[in-house]
Amino acid sequence: MPTPMTQTQMTQVAATIEQSGSASQAPVTGLSATWRTARRSFRRHWQLYLLLLPGLLYFVVFKYVPMVNAVIAFKDYNVVAGIWGSPWVGFKHFELFFRNPVFWTLLGNTLTLSLYALLVGFPIPIMLAIALNEVSNGLFKRSVQMVTYAPYFISTVVMVSMIMLFLAPRLGIVNIALQSAGLPPTNLLGSPSAFSSIYVWSGVWQNTGYAAIVYLAALAGIDPTLYEAAKVDGASRIQKIINIDLPGIMPVAVIILILSVGSLLAVGFEKVYLLQNPLNLSASEIIPTYVYKIGLLNANFSFATAVGLFNSVINMVLLVLVNSWARRVSDVSLW
Amino acid sequence: MARAESTTRSLKIRESIGDRIFLFFVYLFLFFVLLIVLYPLIYVVSSSFSSPAAVSSGKVWLYPVDFSLRGYQVAFGNPQIITGYANSLYYTIFGTLISVTLTVLVAYPLSRRTLFGRDAIMIFIVFTMIFYGGLIPTYLVVKNLGMIDTRWALLIPQAIAAWQVIIARTFFQVSIPEELAEAAELDGCSDLRFLWSVVLPLSKPILAVLVLMYAVGQWNAYFDALLYLKSAALHPLQLVLRSILILNTTTSGSMEASVMVERQQMADLLKYSLIVVGSLPVLLIYPFAQRYFVKGMLIGSVKG
Repeated sequence: MPTPMTQTQMTQVAATIEQSGSASQAPVTGLSATWRTARRSFRRHWQLYLLLLPGLLYFVVFKYVPMVNAVIAFKDYNVVAGIWGSPWVGFKHFELFFRNPVFWTLLGNTLTLSLYALLVGFPIPIMLAIALNEVSNGLFKRSVQMVTYAPYFISTVVMVSMIMLFLAPRLGIVNIALQSAGLPPTNLLGSPSAFSSIYVWSGVWQNTGYAAIVYLAALAGIDPTLYEAAKVDGASRIQKIINIDLPGIMPVAVIILILSVGSLLAVGFEKVYLLQNPLNLSASEIIPTYVYKIGLLNANFSFATAVGLFNSVINMVLLVLVNSWARRVSDVSLW
Repeated sequence: MARAESTTRSLKIRESIGDRIFLFFVYLFLFFVLLIVLYPLIYVVSSSFSSPAAVSSGKVWLYPVDFSLRGYQVAFGNPQIITGYANSLYYTIFGTLISVTLTVLVAYPLSRRTLFGRDAIMIFIVFTMIFYGGLIPTYLVVKNLGMIDTRWALLIPQAIAAWQVIIARTFFQVSIPEELAEAAELDGCSDLRFLWSVVLPLSKPILAVLVLMYAVGQWNAYFDALLYLKSAALHPLQLVLRSILILNTTTSGSMEASVMVERQQMADLLKYSLIVVGSLPVLLIYPFAQRYFVKGMLIGSVKG
């Protein structure tokens, strides 16, 4: 189960995609010339091709075969007949899904969580990076960095356990604080309206420090003469942030934004699944958790695959759309 | 040079009041962030070192109350936890070994500019990050390979992460000049030998990055185990933690009220101790890991 990419992974992908475009070899004209280059390369680097084989086999078996297996979304899969022996049923499962009243709840919940996470999770690391960049390099700065990265290394299971302990109705520290402030204790995890905030803000707590690293690197890469010039012109700190820092990190920010939009429907499945309980399910059931339950717990393979395929396709379409939009309004894009 | 330095110094002194107020708020903001991130961590650790009664009555808020190691005694006395720990160590060690090897084997050839088809192969790999076949179709592959309920299910299906390939490839591209490979080739050194005796010794930083990223990922993962493993004897620690911490499964029969209360208090304390125990290996390598994680990210994000 792939977890949605974190922002940092996204930048890495972005960097490579850009790179592979610019690093391509000189164009060769004609098929026979290409063939000749290929043959020469094979003869010269046969050992390297051999090294590539196990890895490529991995991607074929565990990434591309599943893409082909996804045809069971258009079939009535049964174990006896197998993937190719099961009868074709066209778009039956998709129609069933779209007509099902649960469809709108799932889509709504998925979009709410991901848009909320994007809206909050995108600007906060930028703010942290800029603030850290303003502070001179010292013990304080290093401590803040050290402490804010730490939660990134906590596992999902432990993270969710901490959330549950803190929000527990009786003994949770949050409820103890509420009570000492004279407020009634509440079961926050059992309230559907609180679910998205719990999910998003705990994510902010866990990932902000780590996500800020990319921006800190971009800030460190800004030409120092720009700051010298600004100093000479008497610019204030805020002016320097607006006119030097923000434009400096813009390319990185745009790429992270593109990739976040591209994975809008790929909400942090593993965390949502663990946070679910019967009381908050109306707000916490999202497409991937539904796929898991219908598919593996209820063994309704074809229907679950159709739902999952819908999710993957929407993600890819979103990515392509936002990328072409970014290419038009700015110079930065993935391809 | 000296003049430039003195200019900067004098400019620093002349920092305006507005700037100083702004800087004050920056420090305030960072201090606030520091507290918010730090407090839950301190709270968990302090609770884990307190007595069962203190935790259950909500007396702990900053430092341990009635210092005790009861939570840890119970945690390490639980055979489930021990099995989980051993399994997780197994998965982390062998999974990381397999992952790093495969990643380097893919990434190094793709870093060579003279390799025909490397752009196409790279696109082939990156596409798997953009489009996902789906949970069920992947499950069917693992099932057809006969890996369900075997240790292989946690070692192989997630062995290579596309972005780790990207990071490693970028590193090789930047730090191993193509000319070096060509010179070696002229001297009759094969690609394999070059990888083994030149590239790998020069690539310790990236190997450290890969090892740490894969190891932390393996240690922290629970979902594949939930998906593919049925027998409890194979469960990694995270899955054991899930059943104790999140599903609240405790072996309770009929018992006296006082025993029940004690049980309940113990259960509360145990959770805090387990959180610490489960995160311990990662916490131990954290100061070391942090540096390499940052390095890994910078390699990935700064274009070579």
